[in-house]
Amino acid sequence: MTRRLVLGPFNRVEGDLEVQLDVADGLVKAARVNAPMFRGFELMLAGREPMDALTIVPRICGICSVSQSVAAARALADACGVVAPPNGELVTNLMLACENLADHLTHFYLFFMPDFTSPVYAGRRWYAQAQQRFAALAGSPTGGGLHSRMALAARARWFELVGTLGGKWPHTGTILPGGSARAIEATERVRLLARVREMRAFLEQTLFGTPLEEVAALHSLAALEAWRQRAAGSDLALFLDIADDTGLAALGPGPGRYLSYGAYAQADGTHAFARGVWSAAQQSVLPLDTDQITEDPRHAWYAEPYDVDVDAAADANTCASPNALHPSVGSTQPQADKAGAYTWNKAPRLAGQVLETGAIARQLVDGQPLIRAAVAARGGCVSTRVLARLLEVARIVPLMTQWLQALQPHAPFYAAHTLPDNAQGVGLTEAARGALGHWLRIENGRLSHYQIVAPTSWNFSPRDAAGTPGALEAALVGAPLDNTLVVSALGDATGNTSVAVQHIVRSFDPCMVCTVH
Amino acid sequence: MSFNVLWLQSGGCGGCSMSLLCADTADFPALLKDGGINLLWHPSLSLDNQQDLLGLLQDVLGGHTRIDALCIEGAVLRGPNRSGRFHLLAGTDLPMMRWITQLAAVATHVLAVGSCAAWGGISASGSNPTDACGLQYEDEQMGGLLGANFCAQGGLPVINVAGCPTHPGWVIDTLMLLAAGQFDAQDLDPLGRPRFYADQLVHHGCPRNEYYEYKASAAQPTDLGCLMENMGCKGTQAHADCNTRLWNGDGSCLRGGFACINCTAPGFQSPGHAFDRTPKLAGIPVGLPTDMPKAWFVALASLSKSATPKRVKVNSRSDHVVLPPASRSTRLR
Repeated sequence: MTRRLVLGPFNRVEGDLEVQLDVADGLVKAARVNAPMFRGFELMLAGREPMDALTIVPRICGICSVSQSVAAARALADACGVVAPPNGELVTNLMLACENLADHLTHFYLFFMPDFTSPVYAGRRWYAQAQQRFAALAGSPTGGGLHSRMALAARARWFELVGTLGGKWPHTGTILPGGSARAIEATERVRLLARVREMRAFLEQTLFGTPLEEVAALHSLAALEAWRQRAAGSDLALFLDIADDTGLAALGPGPGRYLSYGAYAQADGTHAFARGVWSAAQQSVLPLDTDQITEDPRHAWYAEPYDVDVDAAADANTCASPNALHPSVGSTQPQADKAGAYTWNKAPRLAGQVLETGAIARQLVDGQPLIRAAVAARGGCVSTRVLARLLEVARIVPLMTQWLQALQPHAPFYAAHTLPDNAQGVGLTEAARGALGHWLRIENGRLSHYQIVAPTSWNFSPRDAAGTPGALEAALVGAPLDNTLVVSALGDATGNTSVAVQHIVRSFDPCMVCTVH
Repeated sequence: MSFNVLWLQSGGCGGCSMSLLCADTADFPALLKDGGINLLWHPSLSLDNQQDLLGLLQDVLGGHTRIDALCIEGAVLRGPNRSGRFHLLAGTDLPMMRWITQLAAVATHVLAVGSCAAWGGISASGSNPTDACGLQYEDEQMGGLLGANFCAQGGLPVINVAGCPTHPGWVIDTLMLLAAGQFDAQDLDPLGRPRFYADQLVHHGCPRNEYYEYKASAAQPTDLGCLMENMGCKGTQAHADCNTRLWNGDGSCLRGGFACINCTAPGFQSPGHAFDRTPKLAGIPVGLPTDMPKAWFVALASLSKSATPKRVKVNSRSDHVVLPPASRSTRLR
């Protein structure tokens, strides 16, 4: 017998999230992901002065704020053709990297690992250690969480980089189409370098137990096994033990297609982490054609401008709905009573296909050998998603040191620009959670069109018109439920969740507030 | 007896929680605990899962669990058609605005954390597609979700810890003062903001003050000069201590090179002009420094402009100090 469970609100994700599960025989048979809030930023931006976007869009998200600023600044730069001087690109990369690394730390220590301190795991050999290191910091009577506390303090200190480079975090206004509004002096650079060394010390002492370069250079599963022996006391090693013991590699398989817009622009037009699509089936990087991106509103509470004969479309076996539009022409008009809809998130597709995005996608596309080997052996799953994030942390810090050293004090950080009265622009970047794109149009000196496709829009996509579930929806199928779960005192309509479902959902590090922009 | 805090989010970006986690402390949980504060629930920090939260909410509404402070982050989304449908609390099918109304009725104190919860804020931008408002204000207008006459059980109206985001110190100081029983009605300004930060101006402690004194103004981003005349800065009118209680170490908007947009004030999201340009009438900024008569400002500005030292003038249009101050002995002879 199939029962329906409604799970939510999820905590330790950014924003509000509800997941509906159809369960039978103790397994998830189908899942629907609901982003239960609508915010309407694309509508708010219409009619505004174009540069106002730089004040408004960071406030889409308190955790991906810099990333939103960068996407808007790039879209405006695209619209007017300005090119930021090298210093401007470097400090923008530094702010992006600072936020990205902090988000990965927040995810690991505050959002993901506390699940292993759940009473469900009492009795596991690693349980006491998990408690001591990762216990949640509120509402928990158990104490502990020493490493989570240290990570939180290191994170607060780390964001002082953005305090200097961008005035504050979140919601800086320093990032501009022509670079940065804040020039950095040589004395500030040496202080920032010292801050980066502080973070390195925390990571090497607590998270990795070895120099970052050793982690970044891991190239195979055998090398990872050897590294584990050397770094046995580290949090990454403890995670790997827990992952083995709880079978995280068997949970939450992804779609096998991974999207990265490329992270950290380089002077030669390339990215420090390459752009492209990784196909696990073909074991190769495919070129990315952003013209093939569409957002399908069929199962979202948004109006569909074109009438569709659903039966005829099904008969013709047509996958693409005429309402699945490229973001340069898409729309976001709420329609709360729309039949068949179950979320405020549209379904992004690339050439009609479901993609996963995030650190795992960046590292696969960029060709990091360990992550390619891990995904080849185990698939894109809960444990490889987490591993990819931590490996990315080890790669980012040395890059940041290089960028700081490449700054040239007293050379320009900013190039002036003039926005045309009529133009359009695209801004692509990578947020911690993956590919983020802004598509805008300016008419008569005002924003007339703004569409945003956020990373979690991809990962937590609903079904499209063809009924194909999104990445998380598919990843949840087959997840086991706890024995106690289905016999909930509150009946079938609600219930406690399974830890497996919690691990799968959080392995994507969802940002729901971006999703429902 | 610990001071129980329940923290919930609605129509916002979560940035006030993210800002809170940047609090200047070596041990965040210890800071709260030692301040007598018990976070019953926080969306980013609690282990407990959904059923525990819904159970906790029932306990609170049933009178079994006391909440000393209800912290709401994010605007109240009333749309469409006042149904609250734009935010149903996950797992409940009930509009978040109904949960907030019920919980506010039993809480000792109610805090609007950030400008969205206080006034609607950025969430009410433009056409305000979600019909967003604050807990007790809709922009400058009193009312909001809870109504102009709302008083929490403790006798105070909604405490508006406004800011976009709010400063972690503003939230923590407010909670610690409340927990210590050292915060009452006279500690709120006329907009319900804690006076310990709202009685200050962003202008206080601004590192561009010498440029302000001489009206040596920035003309473009990265210029060191004052941002008031051309670049949209409202620091001389904005109520907050951002340049004396800095952000993320040594930051503030002005120190980051961009204008103060008066984000602690109702309606800041729709200023009626571009955020990065100063609206002027006959060459004079429309928004003059708080408490300053226009004629005085005009007279002082023309005097100070004519008396601007070359050093100040040159540096104000540069991204670094080009002309250093002259070195002179300050000893009395």
